[in-house]
Amino acid sequence: MRRTTAALFAVIFLLAACNGADTDDPAGDPTPAAEATLEGEAEELVVYSGRSEELVGPVFAAFEEATGITLSVRYGDTAEMAAQILEEGDNSPADVYFGQDAGALGALENANRFVTLPEDLISGVPSQFRSVNSQWTGVTGRSRVAVYNPDRVNEEELPDSILEFTDERWRDRLGWAPTNGSFQAFVTGLRELEGEERAREWLTQMQALGTRVYANNGAIVQATSAGEIDAGFVNHYYAYQIAKREPGLRAANHFFTGGDPGALVNVAGVGILRSSDAQATAGRLVEYLLSEDAQNHFATESSEYPMIDGIAIDERLTPLDELQPPDIDLSDLEDLEGTLALLREVGLL
Amino acid sequence: MLLPAGYLVVRASNAGATTVVNTITDARTLQLLGRTVLLALAVTAASVVLAVPLAWLTARTNLPWRSFWTITTALPLVIPSYVAGFAFVSAFGPRGQVQRWLEPLGIDRLPEIYGFFGAWLVLTLFTYPYVLLTVRAAIKGLDPALEEAAITLDGRRRAVFRVVAPQLRPAVASGALLVALYTFHDFGAVSLLRFDAFTNAIYIQYRGSLDRSVAAILSLMLIAVTTTVVVGEVMSRGRASYHRVNTAGGRRVARQTELGRWKWPAFAACSLLAVLSLVVPLGVIGYWVYRAAAGADSLAPATLTMFRSFEASALGTAMCVAAAIPVALLIARHPGPLSRVVETGAFVGHALPGVVVALALVFFGARYAPMLYQTRWMLAFAYTVLFMPLAVGSVRASLLQVSPHIDEAAQTLGSSGLATWRRVTFPLVRPGLIAAASLVFLSAMKELPATLMLAPTGYSTLATRVWSATNDVLYGPAAVHASALVLLASIPLAMLLVKDRRIQ
Repeated sequence: MRRTTAALFAVIFLLAACNGADTDDPAGDPTPAAEATLEGEAEELVVYSGRSEELVGPVFAAFEEATGITLSVRYGDTAEMAAQILEEGDNSPADVYFGQDAGALGALENANRFVTLPEDLISGVPSQFRSVNSQWTGVTGRSRVAVYNPDRVNEEELPDSILEFTDERWRDRLGWAPTNGSFQAFVTGLRELEGEERAREWLTQMQALGTRVYANNGAIVQATSAGEIDAGFVNHYYAYQIAKREPGLRAANHFFTGGDPGALVNVAGVGILRSSDAQATAGRLVEYLLSEDAQNHFATESSEYPMIDGIAIDERLTPLDELQPPDIDLSDLEDLEGTLALLREVGLL
Repeated sequence: MLLPAGYLVVRASNAGATTVVNTITDARTLQLLGRTVLLALAVTAASVVLAVPLAWLTARTNLPWRSFWTITTALPLVIPSYVAGFAFVSAFGPRGQVQRWLEPLGIDRLPEIYGFFGAWLVLTLFTYPYVLLTVRAAIKGLDPALEEAAITLDGRRRAVFRVVAPQLRPAVASGALLVALYTFHDFGAVSLLRFDAFTNAIYIQYRGSLDRSVAAILSLMLIAVTTTVVVGEVMSRGRASYHRVNTAGGRRVARQTELGRWKWPAFAACSLLAVLSLVVPLGVIGYWVYRAAAGADSLAPATLTMFRSFEASALGTAMCVAAAIPVALLIARHPGPLSRVVETGAFVGHALPGVVVALALVFFGARYAPMLYQTRWMLAFAYTVLFMPLAVGSVRASLLQVSPHIDEAAQTLGSSGLATWRRVTFPLVRPGLIAAASLVFLSAMKELPATLMLAPTGYSTLATRVWSATNDVLYGPAAVHASALVLLASIPLAMLLVKDRRIQ
């Protein structure tokens, strides 16, 4: 019995060891977008979506109706599903991955799990919102903002630059969520624009001011509305989406403009998986997500920034060309590692 | 059971040796580990202090409304930790309901609910039933003859304590072990209450840089710590026997302890506990349901979701209990180094955050069992790995209380091995099996990370619905699904407790 257990253990280790170190980095550079083609058709697609059913369900339903292709969607956490795809390796049942932020997309790109998207599919998307090697494309954008309680703060009081929040009068009045991907992307942008020292300084000063830590953006918005804090750093669409459900929500957005590091625009994006047998069909889904119908839906229903030209944005939003968001590679993971190290250093993570 | 460990070793080995050393010796990581150990100690101690007297109160005294308290003291177990965390923050947070009620009285700030205190409070309140259930079962199995003999010999009531305490020790230890392991692997409650626990370090690796190697190293560190705890508990049980040795004469019904003037204070204490552990979370859920109803949101969770929850949990329970029986038999009837190893292995899975076990099964399932991957069976298997310790603990405890002599007697009288099991042993350990099934069922209903990854695509349970609604800050629908979850999960537990009462 003992020998059997030991043997079993050994077998499992061997199997896992043989397989574990392999398929994460299949050889070969990504195909240039100009030459990329997608092959493989099917009548059903499996989508792993880090975006919630509430937000994207209607778009998927519309796609199914328009094309007759069935979508089987798995909803989950963006990062956990990316990890899942990485663990599944070549046997992954997923055809398309729809991620909530660029970090996860970058991780999958680094592990070579995407196929190159053909140029004509994604040419409508500005280059800063898609992968450098055309491995994934942004579908919608979200801007970092300061959400504030209009009953307790006048818009004029709010500084134009996020860097000016370190002033003494903001003591104990602010909130942030260091574990949130968008916040981390913002810190990456801050490091790039202002330098490592300045970023560290800003973080420590904000901490010294008693900025409260929350688990996620939703909690910050709720806390702001309740008066627990006066303002917080979140993504722009929360205030609008929550207000739809709760008309009494006391939260408004303050945008940072003119290239301020606070104006970072992050994207939710899609990629087609290398393990998919139905890449051409998956391409049709990508095409649909970038079409006028879908982009209009995102702009009106979830108040996000569309990626293609000619779509009207929610009137409360500051247009992208006024924001002038910092142009950083959102999916650069080495950069993200540096950010995480900094956050750990100052004790926020 | 070995699968998560195997996966972790493989992933950890992908990292270079320097990374391993750096991770293990990182000051912040060690600090988090230390804090989590401290939290586990505090929660375990508090749970034991809370549960043991409660177990005695509800099993052996003339407490008013005893049957009611029997059920309500065990019920907090059905509330998922992420719901409990949310409820406490919502109620006791700086601008929560309670503060708003007390504001007219001039109370501006409540004691801070975030941090160590809040995490300790919430974890204790919602895990003490693990100790309560095991100790209560042990009390029921006590032989009153021993207590009566002690009183006869000693003359004082205190003598009962000296006789009873050692007999309850294994039950306390095994319940305490479950509480400790739960504290180590919990993520929902500690993150909502903003306590930086070790699981936080693991999740940051998965959520931030998606560095599965470092996450694996951290998980292995966690396993190292929890294995020490498990081994400690296994060793402490030693070789003592806990079944009745002299079977002459029938089992007498134990005498009730008279509470006298302690009756109403005990009653008050139980009420306070019920308020904190049941009224608060159910109240917060109820508040959000009310708000959802007022806003004309659809109230009923889809019947399909409820059915799926039930189906997945039932399958998982059946598989888990079935798998637990041979393990428990090995441990109880053939103690030795092998059984200790098996037992330690079974418990280790319970100490890992759900996401780690889930990814381990994704790894093995997708690569080696693609036919079974993302089917109900895989999900049931995941539940088996995750909740095996709960089942093994209950079944083992009731096996230990049945004398092996009974098995031997039956076999002497001519009954074959299987028939002995079926006609003699099985009926005697059935209470243990039923308890195991209830515990696993309610845990499976609450489970989240493995369900998100391993359930068939498109298969959603009540727990996943609560999670996705909360993510979208749709607290109304979240509360509706949470209340359905709590209701469904409590049915087997309530049935078990009521049945228990009637046997008495």
